Amino acid sequence: MSFATRGFAGHRREPDDRLPPGQTLVQRWPVLSAGPTPNVHTDTWDFVIRDESGTEHHWSWEQLLALGVEDVTVDIHCVTHWSKLDMSWRGVSLDKLFENVEAEYDYVMARSYGGYTTNVPLEDLLDGKAWIAIEAEGEPLDPEHGGPARLLVPHLYFWKSAKWIRGLTVMPTNDPGFWEQYGYHIYGDPWKEERYW
Amino acid sequence: MRLVLDVPTWPGNEAGTHVDVRLTAPDGYQATRSYSVATSDRGRVVLGIEELPDGEVSPFLVREVRAGDKLEIHGPLGSYFLWRPGQSNRPVQLIAGGSGVVPLHAMAAAHAAASDSTLFRLVYSVRTPAHVYFRDELAALAGPSFTVDYVYTRQAPPGWGGTVGRLTRDSLASTTIAPHERPRIFVCGSTRFAETVAAWLLDLGHSARDILTERYGGK
Repeated sequence: MSFATRGFAGHRREPDDRLPPGQTLVQRWPVLSAGPTPNVHTDTWDFVIRDESGTEHHWSWEQLLALGVEDVTVDIHCVTHWSKLDMSWRGVSLDKLFENVEAEYDYVMARSYGGYTTNVPLEDLLDGKAWIAIEAEGEPLDPEHGGPARLLVPHLYFWKSAKWIRGLTVMPTNDPGFWEQYGYHIYGDPWKEERYW
Repeated sequence: MRLVLDVPTWPGNEAGTHVDVRLTAPDGYQATRSYSVATSDRGRVVLGIEELPDGEVSPFLVREVRAGDKLEIHGPLGSYFLWRPGQSNRPVQLIAGGSGVVPLHAMAAAHAAASDSTLFRLVYSVRTPAHVYFRDELAALAGPSFTVDYVYTRQAPPGWGGTVGRLTRDSLASTTIAPHERPRIFVCGSTRFAETVAAWLLDLGHSARDILTERYGGK
């Protein structure tokens, strides 16, 4: 399908095998959101996991931090064709949050302050693959980037890493979230270029 | 810069959608960027390209591409930041910063093409008159159900009666549809522009769910 574009050479960069197909390395960190940035304060922040029995497990900001904040260095890939490599983040592993949650169902809907949602298989959130992130590149997360806390699921396109996260609801079926209802891929693996469906 | 692509198989697109443009170097190296579509026509895709100083794709599209060249595009993409005729009879407020006017022009044109009488207003912030995209088209679309208010941040045209400078909360309030009329609001521009405007709109009393944003660039 592709053909050479007359006159195009492109910026020469060392090929980097950590860059998925169709992605360009950026140094700055672009911002993408569908609406206004919500104002979320840590003193009233309340994170909830709703399990399949309907039971709600709540954490305040202090309770979240008390679970243990870890340093992680990951690459992130946005569906709009940019990637950032070796980003340093700090956050709480979802393994810790799910430790005492009964979760037999296979899927999770992430819900955010402001109403955003995105669906993720539960197994993609466990075993050290996902965090509730509170800092990036040495600073508390800016509101534009999802602060005070966002989901961080770096192995999927970054719209899955819901900004302004407020909770996770365990669900039996893979219901589409916000962008997934608007034509974006139900799973979003950057290595398979699962952008749209 | 305006780029007009003849695409005989293009099915037409809804107003506000974008396309991915993929460029391929002789050695197979590829670069892909998303651009909003300025029109909704069948068989033709019109883009408005802002050249970014350190850009890889935009300088190529602005400076290198000639009539007759072939480009690879994928789309139409995106089904959220859209205006559809007949979808709602609520008034529509468009707010553009710079090249952010591109998808909003598509909406204004679709609104006119559908002879839709819903009230449309556009506030369009640009640096100077030379930076205005689609000036003639917007002038031609203006009428009883569509008005344009320009904001010149650096330099205004000769004879300009208004002030020169950045949009402010007060000037936004005085040029946009009032919150009690419950407009649906589309904001498109740089991240800084979209963030600032969206926060003011909330301050003025608009509901977050009525404000749709499309933004580009970093913080």
